[in-house]
Amino acid sequence: MTRLPAQLWIGAVLSVVLLAAALISFLWTPYDVTALNIADKLKAPSAEYLLGTDHFGRDLLSMLMEGGRISIAVAVLAVGIGLGLGVPLGLMAAANRGGWLDEIIMRGNDLIFAFPSLVIAILITATFGPSATNAIIAIGIFNIPVFARVARGGALTIWTREFIMAARVAGKGKARISVEHILPNIANLLIVQGTIQFSLGILAEAGLSYVGLGAQPPTPSWGRMLADAQTMIYSTPRLAIAPGLAIVVMVLGLNLMGDGLRDLLDPRIRRARE
Amino acid sequence: MLRYLITRALSLGASLIVASLVIFAMIEVIPGDPASFMLGLNASPDTVAALRDDLGLNGSVTTRYVNWIGGLLVGDFGTSYTYRVPVSELVLERLQVSLPLALFALILSTLIAIPVGLIAAARRGQMTDYTIMGATQMGIAVPNFWFAMLLVLVFAVQLRWFSAGGFPGWDTGISPAVKALTLPAIALALPQASILARVMRSSLLDVLHQDYMRTARAKGLSVAQATRRHALRNAMIPVLTIIGLQFSFLLAGAIIIENVFFLPGLGRLIFQAITQRDLVVVESVVMLLVFAVILVTFLVDVAYAVVDPRLRRRA
Repeated sequence: MTRLPAQLWIGAVLSVVLLAAALISFLWTPYDVTALNIADKLKAPSAEYLLGTDHFGRDLLSMLMEGGRISIAVAVLAVGIGLGLGVPLGLMAAANRGGWLDEIIMRGNDLIFAFPSLVIAILITATFGPSATNAIIAIGIFNIPVFARVARGGALTIWTREFIMAARVAGKGKARISVEHILPNIANLLIVQGTIQFSLGILAEAGLSYVGLGAQPPTPSWGRMLADAQTMIYSTPRLAIAPGLAIVVMVLGLNLMGDGLRDLLDPRIRRARE
Repeated sequence: MLRYLITRALSLGASLIVASLVIFAMIEVIPGDPASFMLGLNASPDTVAALRDDLGLNGSVTTRYVNWIGGLLVGDFGTSYTYRVPVSELVLERLQVSLPLALFALILSTLIAIPVGLIAAARRGQMTDYTIMGATQMGIAVPNFWFAMLLVLVFAVQLRWFSAGGFPGWDTGISPAVKALTLPAIALALPQASILARVMRSSLLDVLHQDYMRTARAKGLSVAQATRRHALRNAMIPVLTIIGLQFSFLLAGAIIIENVFFLPGLGRLIFQAITQRDLVVVESVVMLLVFAVILVTFLVDVAYAVVDPRLRRRA
């Protein structure tokens, strides 16, 4: 058995700790984040409040735990949109390589690439108003061409293999071959890309919430907490540190995991390392 | 080469038309009546009718689209509903902050990334390489606006080397303006430089193993000479792609970073326009951003063809 790469371990530990904290917040947080307790406002970290409190007297640790929920959920759902729409498109394009369908799908991809997720979010928000849902849609749309390209690129190399020829001779159609034979063989690529888009999603959600295009108050998210902290950066810089570190640890963890998974799943790299 | 240029230019035009249709549909068709949307629920019918007239909303959708595009082509972006001035004036004024900021960041990121990537590749597998790769891994994980806040904390609040925000304008001279853009540009550049340095390193490592590098060494060139004359040019191709891609990220990033430093750029213009439901401004600024991204992609494609003649035939 191959040894798991060290970065996979480190990455998994970092991101799982934050993911667990976010999940635990559904059941329990040290304090209620919706309860304002002005008497305890801006308390420094202590045994009572491990990370201190904000200007409304809310416990920072509890907010961090709940904030992770929105940040992680937005990123995960956006990856889901990208996988759900991008992979079928990429598979269709590969199955009809060089045909008009391939051309349309790839040109459509190029077009979406011209809209950075921030610009998509601006367009959606201008019409429908800001919300976490709109952030998911904006980041999700941006993910579609990314997964479509990875799926198409991976699928094209599989289509040239002998076992695909055998399946065609056996009378299977393009759609059936794509699902039964191509998809399982590009799953590795998709998992690695999924990890990368997950981490980019966390960063994008933070940016959108920071400028007010994502989760709306009172829902805490890491990006929103940073936007709130900015108004008090002179008096209480401490408030800006914890949410930022949470984002960095999560993204770093996911990126290390992605690199580790790629090393583990890509036989060419594995051979080079041995 | 000419055929390649023509094909690319045609596809550039097609992308712009489709992009403009998407933006037009999102802003002017989906909300129903933009005039009542902009004025809110309590507006009197007369006011709404007047604004409809002002915005030219009484024509058919096709006429409105053609008018909008026709205007854009001659630099008429419409009139801002909240500022009561031509949008083109607002945009020109704000671009004097956003464009220099994005370019400043692009230059910084390239100047940092290329030598750093080179050093990491040259010291592959050694301590220097590991340190650089670790640092870039961190750089990628840090949100640029948070990094900007940290820079403000250290260099503006603690050390007082820079002001924490604001922009004096270019009239007061180049150096105060550049100084005001320095922290924002660093905040934008470092995360991008981390990505670029990694691309530079891996691209150079790929090239160094090519047969023509062995040939170059065999004919008597030193490692440094062979790298300079043969490897760098080839290694630059993927680096060029990423630099092109980064421009759009930098422009979008600039919009967010402007908020941290209270810079009067396109970002602040567009966020204010969203809050005030000034759709005329949102529509034109978004079109401008998308135009910039599509144009840069086109220029990168053309630059490729110049660097690598093989790509010209692929058109």
